[in-house]
Amino acid sequence: MAITTEDVLHLAVLSNISLDEKQIEPLKKDLDNIVNYISQLDELDTEGIEPTYQCFDMQNVWREDIIEEFEADREDLLSLTVENEDHQIKVPKVL
Amino acid sequence: MIIADKNTKAVDLVRAALDRAKECEDYHCFISMNEARALERAREIDERIAKGEKVGRLAGVPYALKDNYLSPDGVTTAAARMLDNFPSPITATAVARVEAEGAIMIGRANLDAFAHGSSTENSYFGPTLNSYDKSRVAGGSSGGSAAAVALDIVQFALGSDTGGSIRQPASYNGIWGMKPTYGTVSRYGVVAMASSLDAMGCLAKSADDINLVMSIMAGKDPKDSTTIDDFWTRELEDAKPKKKKIGIISDFLKDGIDPEVSKTVLDYAKKMEKAGYTVEEISMPIMRYGLAIYYIIQPAEVASNLSRYDGIRYGHRASDTTDLDSIYGKTRDEGFMPENKRRIMIGNFVLSSGFYDAYYLKAQKARTLLVNAYNEAFEKYDALLCAVAPAPPFKLGEKTDDPLQMYMEDMLSVLANLAGVPSVATPAGKSKSGLPIGVQLIGPRQSDQVLLNIAKNVEEAA
Repeated sequence: MAITTEDVLHLAVLSNISLDEKQIEPLKKDLDNIVNYISQLDELDTEGIEPTYQCFDMQNVWREDIIEEFEADREDLLSLTVENEDHQIKVPKVL
Repeated sequence: MIIADKNTKAVDLVRAALDRAKECEDYHCFISMNEARALERAREIDERIAKGEKVGRLAGVPYALKDNYLSPDGVTTAAARMLDNFPSPITATAVARVEAEGAIMIGRANLDAFAHGSSTENSYFGPTLNSYDKSRVAGGSSGGSAAAVALDIVQFALGSDTGGSIRQPASYNGIWGMKPTYGTVSRYGVVAMASSLDAMGCLAKSADDINLVMSIMAGKDPKDSTTIDDFWTRELEDAKPKKKKIGIISDFLKDGIDPEVSKTVLDYAKKMEKAGYTVEEISMPIMRYGLAIYYIIQPAEVASNLSRYDGIRYGHRASDTTDLDSIYGKTRDEGFMPENKRRIMIGNFVLSSGFYDAYYLKAQKARTLLVNAYNEAFEKYDALLCAVAPAPPFKLGEKTDDPLQMYMEDMLSVLANLAGVPSVATPAGKSKSGLPIGVQLIGPRQSDQVLLNIAKNVEEAA
């Protein structure tokens, strides 16, 4: 398959990345090369094979639902934000 | 490892490390130094030693911290503009453990941004140079960590390995690197790359040093539910292999492998025979698909993990942004390096509707075939042997224009991560032009110490 300009623009939307014009052509070429390479898995017969999402046979790892003190305090975490007010993070109007 | 005691002052060890770091500044091993805090900690340790108090197993040992491990003394950047203003509020479990034993971080080591790369050229702060040849790359993504150890600035360094990021730079700089069994060391507090593949480990100059640091970092952590019970408990001499049989993966002795590298692998096999091991060739055709499997699964997990960088809660925010869409879009355009963007976009491609089954699901099924091939091989062999990288260290800029060529670097190292099995990289020889070449031993889960035992034996027998 070949990656088109439309594909690049669509993937940029899915990825939440605003690309300027000059990034699009190089990305198209690079992504196309990469997709062609990974497409070689078509050669493999995986009929009836179960997928491996992780390598240990771990299922749910349970723990007691206990509230523990976090190592950083609230003010330290809030100080990392660009804008905050009254212990809350400020974002532009969404609706 | 030189550890502080009554005769060796921690302050002197730290000063020597800082001086050496200055001498080697042009290699660009570090993104930032931690001089004041390092000296302060060294003084504390010396005082405790003078009072006859118990100090840890790494008392006063200076180390380099890959700058994707969070630690509050300064800024944790992940070598990305996205985090270049990020003073971490928490400490990674691995950092807390080595520091509790008295190790002293002297600086944060350079890496490819978000650990995406095989040369440290993707760092927002510029590349690290190879310790053997300044015109060549240090490897990556833990390039700064590897060069800092190789140049004798520090005695060990912490690294992270998602598809070779500890072992390949170790190999490129002629030192040892350990990617442990998945779940051995807590991932808590390390900038997440691909969560089913990420393994925290270390780089050093001997099997014993690796063993010491790993024994301290290993073990369950309630903050990372994928950690497993501490199995790193034996003396290295006691971790003997049962079968004394090794398989060379024959699929990686020619096509795409530099002849000097293949020769080094075969020479290493001869050394193994001399040390009393039976070495046989084993063909594992599925391993040729490892890189394609990896470059589907890893970007998928990268796309998911890097979606957290939104310019709102922490990290970089682009200026002149007014609405939510432009905050996200422009911040992520500015904050990520081109390679980060490629991986996020490939990840979203293989996960998107219409392509999920053909790529992502297919890769997870192929991963099962690869795991099965390992399981079968490990019934017969204690370990598998192959090169770490297909060629000796390459020139700076040689592969930056072609991402796929850069990915080929990872052809051999991704194989251990996909199955969650341990792999140790050890120096094995040099090319005609004097560049270091490393080999790796891959073993079954939790055979980490056995691999170190074997590699140490081979080194001593040679």
